[in-house]
Amino acid sequence: MDQTELRQWEHRCIQEELPPCTATCPIHVDVRAFLAHLRCGRWAEAVKILHKAMPLPGVLGRICDAPCQQACNRQNVGEAIQIGELERVCVRHTEGEQRRVMPMPQKDIAVAVVGGGLSSLTVAWDLARKGYRVRVFTPEDKIGRVLRGQSPQRLSLAVIDREIDLLASLGVCFETTADLSSVDAGRRFMETHAAVYVGRDAATPPPWGIDAGSPGLPENAGGTPTREGLFAGGDHRSPVWRAAQGRWAATSMDRWLQKVSLTAGREKEGPQETRLYTNLDGIAPLAAVLMAQPATGYDETEALAEAGRCLQCQCLECVKVCAFLESFGSYPKRYVREIYNNESLVLGERKANRLINSCSLCGLCEAVCPHDFAMQDLCLAARQSMVVRGKMPPSAHDFALQDMAFSQSNRFYMARHEPGRATSRYLFFPGCQLCASSPQQVRRVYAYLRENLSDGVALMLGCCGAPAHWSGRQERFADELARWETDWIDLGRPRPITACATCLSIFQTHLPEADTISLWEILADIGLPASAVYRPHVPLAIHDPCTTREAPAVQGAVRRLLSQMNVAAEELVLGRDKTECCGFGGLMQNANPALARKVAEQRGRRSERDYLSYCAMCRDNLALAGKRSLHLLDVLFPEPDGADPAGRPPPGWSQRRENRQRLRSDLQRHFWHESPEADANHQPITLQMDPEVETLLETRRILKEDIEKVLRHAETSGQTFRHRDTGHLLACFRPYQAAFWVEYSPTDDGFQVHDAYAHRMEVLGGHETK
Amino acid sequence: MKPNNVRPEDLRWRCDRCHCDLVVGQVSVAYMNNRFTTDLPYCPTCKTVLITEAVATGKMAEVEQILEDK
Repeated sequence: MDQTELRQWEHRCIQEELPPCTATCPIHVDVRAFLAHLRCGRWAEAVKILHKAMPLPGVLGRICDAPCQQACNRQNVGEAIQIGELERVCVRHTEGEQRRVMPMPQKDIAVAVVGGGLSSLTVAWDLARKGYRVRVFTPEDKIGRVLRGQSPQRLSLAVIDREIDLLASLGVCFETTADLSSVDAGRRFMETHAAVYVGRDAATPPPWGIDAGSPGLPENAGGTPTREGLFAGGDHRSPVWRAAQGRWAATSMDRWLQKVSLTAGREKEGPQETRLYTNLDGIAPLAAVLMAQPATGYDETEALAEAGRCLQCQCLECVKVCAFLESFGSYPKRYVREIYNNESLVLGERKANRLINSCSLCGLCEAVCPHDFAMQDLCLAARQSMVVRGKMPPSAHDFALQDMAFSQSNRFYMARHEPGRATSRYLFFPGCQLCASSPQQVRRVYAYLRENLSDGVALMLGCCGAPAHWSGRQERFADELARWETDWIDLGRPRPITACATCLSIFQTHLPEADTISLWEILADIGLPASAVYRPHVPLAIHDPCTTREAPAVQGAVRRLLSQMNVAAEELVLGRDKTECCGFGGLMQNANPALARKVAEQRGRRSERDYLSYCAMCRDNLALAGKRSLHLLDVLFPEPDGADPAGRPPPGWSQRRENRQRLRSDLQRHFWHESPEADANHQPITLQMDPEVETLLETRRILKEDIEKVLRHAETSGQTFRHRDTGHLLACFRPYQAAFWVEYSPTDDGFQVHDAYAHRMEVLGGHETK
Repeated sequence: MKPNNVRPEDLRWRCDRCHCDLVVGQVSVAYMNNRFTTDLPYCPTCKTVLITEAVATGKMAEVEQILEDK
């Protein structure tokens, strides 16, 4: 990812866009934060927000006409928050508190500000804080009279005096009853000051020939020098706009005096469009809190209640529905930056590795994002880059890649025509995990397809290569796909039928010419098998696998099948194109098992009903997380013994391999009447272990096969440790990048396994310390 | 990995092939092109190193994670 791509990605995430209130405010008061403090009664913090953005907050906070209210999202669900009134009550409530304004170091540059209106006093406020020597000239006999005259109901002279005193404390000098009426006066001001500001909101603007236009400046950047060093502003009817004009003029004067660009980088001054999206679904309408005494405004209690109506507008649409995004504590815009930094890092800890590898690549974020932010594309590209640069942590995906290698080995892989045929119109590809989970159903489905589809149904066992794709191994994925394609071409290009939504998605995306179709679409067309009966007659909640997000035809076919069987199907809140991952997708389960478990549990809580899925991994993962779940095949081809399929415990990792291997042999025997050759390299050893040990091995993803390798090695090499007290043996073997240790005792016909663990670090040997 | 990787009970294991007690000494380990030494128990005769469950799932796993993220 380069800087341009980074910016493009960042731009898509709108979480950091301004809320509409702040975007509309000419001086960008952080209204959301102001109200967040106020609703909790944190008056001091609330007023600090006003102080941060407002010049003369004691004055402006009382007379602000709050254009922000017109943009408030609350008005779509009730009435806009009464922000102006809340500013007033806050300023009033805190007015006795000590305020300190920290000016920058003094500059020896004198500027003149003409007029006592809000724009002029804003210029004085801002320039004095920047360290300029500011003199305010006004024809009034007392500074503040003009201001008070403009808002007599809301401003007292005492309130204005407090702000004037603060200005004086910043070093601002005031000259009242100044003679501004002649052109000569203007010339004198210009001669004795480095820059002059004329406030048009003064009672009588002096006749100095000030132009009204602002050529060459951004729309909002007021204070164009109409002559060298002469600036003007303050002609707006709105008080907050007059303050804003004073602020922009002060910025222009400062830049002009520093001899830098008047316009560069000022695009974000003033009101602006915001792209922030706030979902208002499910928010109950609320009218504004009424004032007991409208003449005096909100009291403190009313103010807290009114501030409490604020929606605290933000997007977070993706984070709200994704446990992965939520678990890393931030949102996509920040994640992009973290991923970019991770990739750019030369030395040090790559802190985003776990983030990158934990995404399920399910695409729900993109489906709910108003701007289609696709975290899955970002994470997949980052994984591919890590692999290419040799920076992918080996432990993240090793287990899944080993499992894929098993599926592609001659212990499972197979591609052949229907028995007795030399051509096939279709090719049934059940996928690796359905075979691992429910081998008996694969047999039944294949038999049913052969009976109901004419012109031959070939069979291929293997893996579609998804683990290689998900883990960012592009070359390996291309190899797996190429092998699949070669065998498919050798079979005469039969139309593939997949039972797994991931296989379907992989082939449709990467081998579109194969014209792959899902098993469910085929079954919906050819009709239900006679065995398809679902007896409980209670509704099932449909869990759509995340890889069907963009496959409405598949989702529709499943619903048609259920309807044909008269099974009442309940839709989950997040279903169809908004469905959630079960925790297996994108190899999340390999890289972050704890998160995967949380994802599955969260998914399981969406409905009290038993779930029905049509992906073996979804079904097994949900079951593993304690959710009663069925696979569609459990309903279409139920077990003859009538066992409760929703309560079926999923097979462990070792069993999943055994099931695949046995399925291949069974199919060979049953359909092709062949006797599979015994695999001399994989003769099982009789292992006994307590259930706790089995669970531990499952968690550590140590296969019985790994244990057998250790034991074979120990028996042949004799390299073991023996415990003095228990007599247990301990042996180690490193079949690939991981070393496995097994603590065991020989039994009459095999071994009792007491414990097993693994590490990846290579031990090079011991030598005595000198 | 620090020397306190080795607990007294780890030395209850003996090398079954050489029939001798284990000694604690420096052992070289390597991962992700990083190589370093640490104190671990091993057989003084055949030099086979014992990695206990506590070390494998504790400090060693921790160091592996750090090196993978480097």
